[in-house]
Amino acid sequence: MTAYLLKRLLIGAATLVVASVVVFLVLEVVPGDPARLMLGMNASDAQVELLREQMGLNQPLVWRYLDWARGLLQLDFGKSYTYSVPVADLIKERLVVSLPLAVIALALSTLIAIPVGLFAAARRGKASDTAAMAAAQIGVAMPNFWFALLLVYVFAVWLRLVPAGGFPGWSAGIWPALKALILPAVALALPQAAILSRVTRAALIEVLGEDYIRTARAKGMPMRAVLWRHALRNAMIPVLTIMGLQFAFLLAGTIIIENVFYLPGLGRLVFQAITQRDLIVVESVVMLLVAIVVLVNLVVDLSYALVDPRLRTRQ
Amino acid sequence: MKQWKTILAAAAIALASSTAAMAARTDLVLGMPLEPPHLDPTAGAAAAIDEVLYANVFEGLTRIGQRGEVLPDLAESWTISDDGKTYTFKLRSGVKFHDGTDFNADDVKFSLDRARGENSVNAQKGLFAPIDTVEVVDPSTVKVTLKNPLGSFLYNLGWGDAVIVAPESAETNKEKPIGTGPFKFQNWAKGSAITLVKADSYWGDPIALDRAEFRIIPDAAAAVPALLSGDVQALPNFQLGDALAQVRADPRFKVVIGTTEGETVLATNNKKPPFDKLKVRQAIAHAIDRKALIDGATGGLGTPIGSHFAPHNPAYVDLTGTYPHDIAKAKELLKEAGYPDGFKATLKLPPVGYARQGGEIVASQLREIGIDLQIIPVEWADWLKQVFTDKDYDLSIVSHTEPNDIDIYARKDYYFNYDNPAFNKVIDELNLTSDEAKRTELYKQAQKILADDAVNGFLFELPKVGIWDAKVEGLWENSPIQANDLTKVKWAD
Repeated sequence: MTAYLLKRLLIGAATLVVASVVVFLVLEVVPGDPARLMLGMNASDAQVELLREQMGLNQPLVWRYLDWARGLLQLDFGKSYTYSVPVADLIKERLVVSLPLAVIALALSTLIAIPVGLFAAARRGKASDTAAMAAAQIGVAMPNFWFALLLVYVFAVWLRLVPAGGFPGWSAGIWPALKALILPAVALALPQAAILSRVTRAALIEVLGEDYIRTARAKGMPMRAVLWRHALRNAMIPVLTIMGLQFAFLLAGTIIIENVFYLPGLGRLVFQAITQRDLIVVESVVMLLVAIVVLVNLVVDLSYALVDPRLRTRQ
Repeated sequence: MKQWKTILAAAAIALASSTAAMAARTDLVLGMPLEPPHLDPTAGAAAAIDEVLYANVFEGLTRIGQRGEVLPDLAESWTISDDGKTYTFKLRSGVKFHDGTDFNADDVKFSLDRARGENSVNAQKGLFAPIDTVEVVDPSTVKVTLKNPLGSFLYNLGWGDAVIVAPESAETNKEKPIGTGPFKFQNWAKGSAITLVKADSYWGDPIALDRAEFRIIPDAAAAVPALLSGDVQALPNFQLGDALAQVRADPRFKVVIGTTEGETVLATNNKKPPFDKLKVRQAIAHAIDRKALIDGATGGLGTPIGSHFAPHNPAYVDLTGTYPHDIAKAKELLKEAGYPDGFKATLKLPPVGYARQGGEIVASQLREIGIDLQIIPVEWADWLKQVFTDKDYDLSIVSHTEPNDIDIYARKDYYFNYDNPAFNKVIDELNLTSDEAKRTELYKQAQKILADDAVNGFLFELPKVGIWDAKVEGLWENSPIQANDLTKVKWAD
């Protein structure tokens, strides 16, 4: 188990180092000058040069990389070129929206997907299975911005139950803040639930073909108990893998939903930073996301070991 | 005991909201598509900065009014010496900054010197270049001496980049703007909203609003439901698109189409062959059908222009007939220029609707005379680098939104690569002239030269589309400068 853990940790660390170099170099290659963007078309070249100097953009490449990487190690993400505030503050402000949103959406999606997957697998080939999977197919195929707008028109414009978008901040109270997150969470969760339920069903069906399931059934165990006790637990590995990927996506890949609900999340921070060539913000947020993905993968790997005791001993 | 407090608080809130319901509303939420990068109008070119702060939080010596006129602001009055070089400003008394410090002549000197100083990162530093000295005569009098007379000086002082800031707060204005205006800054939830509240210490006419919130809504498809649900009550700069029709039919909202200072041009690299040939540029001008272009790119709302000048300006001359839409003539000119079969070129388009859609239409119109354009979509950062800075382009479409900016054609090494001594002479003379009638005459000459030279394809003036609750009054219809002046805004009831 220790060796397993150690190996995972090393792979994670190596991924981070490689990612930091790639992220830094890619953004160096992208054309565009943050100082010129800031000053616009009426500023002279000399002025742009002055601002570049003030921003520290005129330092040599390697020096800037090392400076940035050293900062990262000390959890200092640097200072935004455009906002001129610490990047860490910007990230914190966005995480208080994105993190709860991702957690709620993932919880919703899991709560829907697992029962649907179980239901469909247990009735494999029957009409209800076909219906459930057809619904899931629609969920996967539906453009999520369209679904999100539909939700807005029904629940915000027509029924006026929730705001059409925006985020009042947690300081406005738990309930108003949660209210602002309900529709985005549903809009995010449904397509994810559709994918997850299909994965759950497929994994279950594979497991249900195994000998030990037949044995369990043969000794007279009821189908429901077989599904819960034997099948689901063994089918969890692919399901957990997908959930890990989904969590990373929900944290940063939700720019479209953030735009529809104009939520100040991480996705929009990155997008805005890219258009304004606020390179340090892009680099730092991307690195944070890489770190989160590495961490989530690590947790998923470890949870494999929890659901599958064989992984704990096998080297 | 605790319960009692809760009940009392609830009763107080109920009472407060019921009285509020009787009087007219005093709060307004406005939607805007782009978030300002920071909140200091003297340190950035982004229009979004002025759209929140100009006239609301920050004020200048003069200000620009709704029709583009120059009005006194922090300067109550002024006198101009006979040689046109010395401006003596009498400042308003009893003005306070939002942090409680007094406004006086020292702040004016500080602000102007900072904007033109060696370390200035003012995006319009050029506006202040003609200033020779700024002297404090007494706490309420400032004397500004120019290197040479400048007819547009009072107008220039009305730009957002020329607002007066205090030495105590200048460095922190980016995060916490401190001005002298009727609103003071309250909060900026980044990515979400900027909130302003009424400043009690304000020197001028009391304003009707207690609170104004600028909410960032990047997507037009999201802005409409926000308006329909009542979350947002005004979208002063609505992005052109299909969503407009949806709101237009709804009597709860006013749709106001106004003018802007945005001359939209087919920017042309005048030094790059074959665009260095006048006949080629004339052929392009003849090939463009402005009507079809305006219908396609602005939903028919743009105003055709024949030179680089805003149609609402008193000095405007209609030059759209200089090279009328005439395919046969265009082909003829192209032949005379030595391109009987046309040629290939590129068209680099920035990420804005009017450019991307307009670009498709221009490309198809030029194809009719054999000019085969390859469309290259670019991001803003890319556009500024490739087109504006490196001048690595053939054609591009962009709106020049700075007010009264015909002088950019006289700038050395500007990205149009246009250099005409006769035009430069007119602009030089304009800079030295204060007499309104003479200035108008010179502006007309300048417009004519650019139109005749077909420097760029002159396409249309960008419209301003504003949508707001039918009960909201006092928002600007036109956009002589990029601002959302809220000082006269109120709710009718």
